Amino acid sequence: MSASAANLVERIFDEMSYGPAPEDPKNAFAWLDEHDRKFGHFIDGKWYKPEGREYVFSKNPANGEKLAETMQGADEDVEYAVGCARKAFQTWSTLPNHIRARHLYSFARHVQKHQRLLSVIESLDNGKPIRETRDADVPLIVRHLYHYAGWAQLKDVEMKNWKPIGVIGAIVPWNFPLMLLTWKIAPALAMGNTVVLKPASYTRLTALLLAEIAKEAGIPDGVFNVVTGNGRFGSKLASHDDVDKVAFTGSTEVGQLLRKLTAGTGKKISLELGGKSPVVVFESADLDSAVEGIVDAIWFNQGQVCSAGSRIFVQETVYDTFLKRLKERLSHWRVGDSLDKAVDMGALVDESQLTTIRKYVQTAIDEGGEVFQPDIKLPETGLFYPPTLITNVQTASTVFLEEIFGPVAVLLPFRTAKEAVSLANNTKFGLAASVWTEKTSLNLEVALLIKAGAVWINCHNMFDAAAGFGGYRQSGYGRDGGKEGLYEYAKPSWETRCRPVVTENVSEFGKPVPGLPKLPTAADSTKNPKIDRTYKLFYSGGQKRPDGQYSRPVYTKSGQMIAQVSDSNRKDVREAVEAAQKALPGWSKRAAHNRAQIIYYLAENLELRRNEFSEMLQQLTGVSEKDALLQVDKSIERLFYWSAYADKYGGTVQETLLYGATVKIHEPVGLIAISCPDEEPLLSFISLLAPAVVRGNVVVMAASDKFPIPAIDLVQVLETSDVPAGVVNVLTGNKDHITKYLAEHQNVEAMWYFGGALGSKFVEYESAVNLKRTWVNYGKERNWSNDEQGAGEEFLYHTTQVKNIWIPMGDIFAN
Amino acid sequence: MNNGVNFNESWLTEENFNLPAIKKRAGELGKRRSVKKSYQAAWLFRAVTCIDLTTLSGDDTRSNVQRLCHKAVRPVRDDIVRYFGMQTKGIKVGAVCVYPNRVAECKEILKSLNADTSIKIASVATGFPAGQTPLSCRLEEIRRAVADGATEIDIVINRTYALNGEWEKVFEEVKEMKIACGNAHMKTILATGELGSMTNIYKASMTCMMAGADFIKTSTGKESVNAILPVALVMVRAIRHYYQKTGIKVGFKPAGGIRTAKDSLTWLSLMKEELGDEWVNNEMFRLGASSLLGDIERQLFHCAYGRYAAAHELALA
Repeated sequence: MSASAANLVERIFDEMSYGPAPEDPKNAFAWLDEHDRKFGHFIDGKWYKPEGREYVFSKNPANGEKLAETMQGADEDVEYAVGCARKAFQTWSTLPNHIRARHLYSFARHVQKHQRLLSVIESLDNGKPIRETRDADVPLIVRHLYHYAGWAQLKDVEMKNWKPIGVIGAIVPWNFPLMLLTWKIAPALAMGNTVVLKPASYTRLTALLLAEIAKEAGIPDGVFNVVTGNGRFGSKLASHDDVDKVAFTGSTEVGQLLRKLTAGTGKKISLELGGKSPVVVFESADLDSAVEGIVDAIWFNQGQVCSAGSRIFVQETVYDTFLKRLKERLSHWRVGDSLDKAVDMGALVDESQLTTIRKYVQTAIDEGGEVFQPDIKLPETGLFYPPTLITNVQTASTVFLEEIFGPVAVLLPFRTAKEAVSLANNTKFGLAASVWTEKTSLNLEVALLIKAGAVWINCHNMFDAAAGFGGYRQSGYGRDGGKEGLYEYAKPSWETRCRPVVTENVSEFGKPVPGLPKLPTAADSTKNPKIDRTYKLFYSGGQKRPDGQYSRPVYTKSGQMIAQVSDSNRKDVREAVEAAQKALPGWSKRAAHNRAQIIYYLAENLELRRNEFSEMLQQLTGVSEKDALLQVDKSIERLFYWSAYADKYGGTVQETLLYGATVKIHEPVGLIAISCPDEEPLLSFISLLAPAVVRGNVVVMAASDKFPIPAIDLVQVLETSDVPAGVVNVLTGNKDHITKYLAEHQNVEAMWYFGGALGSKFVEYESAVNLKRTWVNYGKERNWSNDEQGAGEEFLYHTTQVKNIWIPMGDIFAN
Repeated sequence: MNNGVNFNESWLTEENFNLPAIKKRAGELGKRRSVKKSYQAAWLFRAVTCIDLTTLSGDDTRSNVQRLCHKAVRPVRDDIVRYFGMQTKGIKVGAVCVYPNRVAECKEILKSLNADTSIKIASVATGFPAGQTPLSCRLEEIRRAVADGATEIDIVINRTYALNGEWEKVFEEVKEMKIACGNAHMKTILATGELGSMTNIYKASMTCMMAGADFIKTSTGKESVNAILPVALVMVRAIRHYYQKTGIKVGFKPAGGIRTAKDSLTWLSLMKEELGDEWVNNEMFRLGASSLLGDIERQLFHCAYGRYAAAHELALA
């Protein structure tokens, strides 16, 4: 060894410093070189490079080095890819489950064989540390493929009333390019769909490599296609007629855009969006471990994680101690090249990201925040940013409210557990959370009270294929992972895709139509004047006059006016929603048994008035006595059916890799607004109301405007059945007008609409604003008396949202 | 030197411990840091200097103790030391560690090698490993070992008291042992594998430091679970908290089951990360081990020559 090199060892021996510990990228470069560092799309099992396309460079964010060129696709490339996927769907979806399972198993095996190559390229392309791609991203990909190979095998047993959707258009972001795409394609392929995937512009390389590996593994041509292009190209994919479902992970803004773009088309959509996840540290926590938890929460992947714990709440009693320890922890933080095996953080993905983060931190300073960044060395070039803590900010501060998507967290004190929960929930997002305390009774309660799809106890950012991941509120809907993830890639077997044609503008929807007095027709004349029935609205547990003091006539099927019902306006909607909102916390916390008792009682009381309802249905809708009685009896059966489900769908224990329990809880969606159809007006009303209410939701029902009487008559039954005030609210009037205000109300968490194609489009379009969940019929009637259509598993899906609580265990040590 | 402080029970109960989270951090220690090439060589030399080269067997005699002492003085082959230009650093292990009956001959052998001042002689004492003998005997054992030339005493704590939660009694005993040690450095072995929980390990660490421990040590090497990283994390956190409270720096010695060069790097990195650079030397850190040195020397051979040495090419310890 040369003298100077020897000197070096002596010097390091004295200093005990760290040096570079690089992963060798030569195999990654060999793969890029093999493709002449120029990539096209991967469609139908082949590289596809049409002439005349532009190319852009993929760069290594750690040093700006150009890695390869990738193609900017054109519209006809989407056409071609979707066409191939459609063709492949015909065979792929009809393969025996076992054969699809074999394919996915083979895919998993082959990915496993190329783990290191995937890890290195992912790290080069994205800037994230090789430690993370090697130990987190890629192992999780393999795990997902194995897990869903299993679901493919079990499809006919575990998903027996479901079938594949068709062609999935998947659009994924740059923060976990490979991992998030696998979260989409594994369940999609398992259920028999085919996929056209568009990776993010910054990070296209590993998706292309994965497509090549899929081909090597024997996945049939056209089943998994990768196309590259810009944002507009992504919109083209999402709006392609033959794409049956859009699966998206990314920013809330783009999610909202895609929701609007696909509104009313009959496409399914799932959105996994932004977050501002809380980390709640109690005085009873293991504080040093909680410090490490913050490391996992906000500095994993440079904070570019949708579930990043970016709002840290610390109990006032330990706030100073904790902050001191956190700062100390950062004093020996290491930031550097993504291929260096001794760094805590790598590079940010792009210059624009760095600019955004700097802007937010400056805003924090401008708003009085105190910014802490450790005195550590950053590489002189490359897109690096230090770990950052901001204090002296509050709930009104910009950096508290908005997702920064970088290594920046805010730290706030709290006094009591109740306050901590309020602070944690004081956000438009609801993706994830972590709770730190050694008290089991406390951590479970807080985990249940926080509105988020994943809650980690004494840990943060744990993922596994067996547990779904996805949001509440504006963090989106749908789940990636677990059995719950399958429903995003399947539809009820009886259903065919609607392709409604809507020519009207959605802004025309829901305009008020006045209800005016009508001269009686000859048929209306009766011998003695009847005592008129007063049909009021029903909310807050009481019958209310409509705010506008207008009424609407109701006609029988034969055109006879038989009643006038209250005509709701915007203010009635507001009152009803407010009443429901008030009732929600109490109702959702009630014991399931108790909820069941109330709905059973409702059935009992309906049974007492069986004949009365039958007569009314005959008169109103013109059905025979037999059919009317069938409808009433079926309604009673439905109440029994859903009461039975009150305490039988709470969730399961997920078999993740965690030593402990990962508990899936089917939580209520919250406040559901339901616009009811005209067909079988009693049965459809009850079929929609009952599942929602037994699963702990509160509802605002917009009754059928053609046949509102059964709904409003049912109010009397509700009143005698101990249904607590505000749990069920019924509005009558112009249904579409009511729907408009319900769909626009931001306290409404889900909107179901059974009506026309325009209304369906309107509801989906408007839902984009607060990302409420929707369920619409695109103008297509269903057969409510059929149990599949009127009470299928689909109803459970729509009445619940999945929360996964991760509870690690272990205190036993050695002897 | 830690002169200890008064017993303060509240210091034992201030912290909570979550084993799954501790295990997670422990599992990452070796993955978040890595040293390669010259750095690896330098760190391995540092690890050598932190070793308490140990033999604690019923069949220890002069011949194997002599072999141990010679290896302690020349732990790495000369050609390797020269290759890295480390000849001026006087690379030796931190100490030899033996039973009290072997202390005198250690002293004599090291003196014959002119190393009796540069290499410490550590003796286990106090009824090692179980500590189930009368206190007077345990104290006498310390005094005899010191008289024979031991400069460091590795005592074991009273696990009966510890498991019964009688921490003040543990404190009193350790304090007496500290007095018996005189000028010799006292390392307190917690026998963590027998303490049952991380909470107890923290309490034992804090109690020993308050009683004047200069080092806290994980294990005797005779328990079923010895030096493991989760335990170490709790102990070094105790060291950090004690330092924050008193300004006194206490050293750390993991012992038992540390066998590979890679392990030794992870342990050094644990000290650097959790306690800082001041704890990454043999004044504040020791690795209690017997076979570890062989693997480090083998790894250094590879660093130097790019080839793996055959076992018979390296001197037995």
